[in-house]
Amino acid sequence: MQEKLMHADTSALDLVLSADPALMEIVRLSLLVSLGAVVAAAVIGFPLGAVIALTRYPGREASIVVLNALMGLPPVVVGLAVYLLLSRSGPLGTWGLLFTPAAMVIAQTILVTPIIAALARQTIEDLWTEYREELAAMNVGPIGRVATLLWDARFSLLTALLAGFGRAAAEVGAVIIVGGNIDGFTRTMTTAIALETSKGDLPLAIGLGMVLIAIVIIVNALAWGVRRAGERLAG
Amino acid sequence: MIKRETNRRHLIALAGAALVALSAPAFAQDKSIVVSSTTSTQDSGLFGHILPLFKAKTGIDVKVVSQGTGQALDTGRRGDADVVFVHAKSAELKFLSEGFGVKRYPVMYNDFVLIGPKGDPAGIGGTKDIVAALKAIKDKGAPFISRGDRSGTHVAELDLWKAAGIDIAKDKGPWYKEIGQGMGAALNTASASNAYVLSDRGTWLSFKNRADLVISVEGDNRLFNQYGVMLVNPEKHPHVKKEYGQAFIDWLISPEGQKAIAEYKIGGQQLFFPNASAPGA
Repeated sequence: MQEKLMHADTSALDLVLSADPALMEIVRLSLLVSLGAVVAAAVIGFPLGAVIALTRYPGREASIVVLNALMGLPPVVVGLAVYLLLSRSGPLGTWGLLFTPAAMVIAQTILVTPIIAALARQTIEDLWTEYREELAAMNVGPIGRVATLLWDARFSLLTALLAGFGRAAAEVGAVIIVGGNIDGFTRTMTTAIALETSKGDLPLAIGLGMVLIAIVIIVNALAWGVRRAGERLAG
Repeated sequence: MIKRETNRRHLIALAGAALVALSAPAFAQDKSIVVSSTTSTQDSGLFGHILPLFKAKTGIDVKVVSQGTGQALDTGRRGDADVVFVHAKSAELKFLSEGFGVKRYPVMYNDFVLIGPKGDPAGIGGTKDIVAALKAIKDKGAPFISRGDRSGTHVAELDLWKAAGIDIAKDKGPWYKEIGQGMGAALNTASASNAYVLSDRGTWLSFKNRADLVISVEGDNRLFNQYGVMLVNPEKHPHVKKEYGQAFIDWLISPEGQKAIAEYKIGGQQLFFPNASAPGA
């Protein structure tokens, strides 16, 4: 793509139609990083949301407000914080993760976890009012309750995952700082758009933007299909 | 119940696998270096031209993180790059004297150009004297976009104001806007607001969103723009890949690397002029 991008007559449409390998690599990395972050955030966020929904402790209301507020974490601040952590001069510098896709997953996980946890908390809390007596009658322990509620809310929780994915796939502030926008290694759709904009190739930048939006729509359509099929199977 | 536990374990295993899969390339492509460089070398397409040649010869992957010169040097200071390739000699010498660099090698030069609107609101009218042009811009209060980001181009711009006898920190008015962004963003802003802006020639030549902008001043000796390359000092940062990093530097200043730089052209125009052997460059 480096070569092709030098020519003004190359449109984003040409790149897509010709399945340009560099563009495909960028799309692959974008999906891998964002989906990796969503999976990691789900592993942390679902149980966290469930625990906040189902337990009572001092300061719970405050923690819900904070969790909801963290959904609006500024990506550039998260990027900077992760940069300082992973930098060779930072506390985790020996891991050598700065400017790698793994660093991008870490930053996006931090951005996505509050979204998934907050939405999961709301969903589970609503479901809990419905299930409370039944579960109490069946004498189900706390871990069992969490598992039951998470499982029965799974289709609603899919929306939380998609919200998280949308956030991850759309943001540029964090990945450009911790990934470095390295050609063929840490360049994603959003950082490529930022780069083409700075080169003044606005048509290509907006074209890549259209490709990104199309990908997000496809992912959402797939998730919708999975949800429909799952609901039918579950009766 | 058991099924649910298994599901969760699957999820965790999947997340673990995803992380491993993502970090694996970092280990697999170990024959690689990180070079922190400037937006001008990246945005002009120079790296896209020379890096495949270097890779073909040595098998070493060069990962370029492009930032303004000030930030690129800071990335080296923190040990987050193996090599720095920038253009602000005074800042480079400071980097060396602080012990963060091993040795500075001059590589190539190009020049800065003053870009401005076709209508020429400052009435510069074809002068070759950059200092006179800046004085005219200030006197007329014509819009001027400054990088404002400690980049090599920003440092050069500040030196030129000084040479014009203007204390820009004190004398700037609403006509002078510091945007704190890269060269491309500065050109985009100038193009949208019909303002003057100092640019390196390479980025200008490859820039596509020119609208009404043209070159207002070029060819003044004071617009010279030297690039230098340094290995980050392994004594400060032991993880620096010194063999690969030095191999890249040696190639850049070798006849072969110098020829590759000279051969890079846009629209028949050469962008960078190799001068690794020029004394005092």
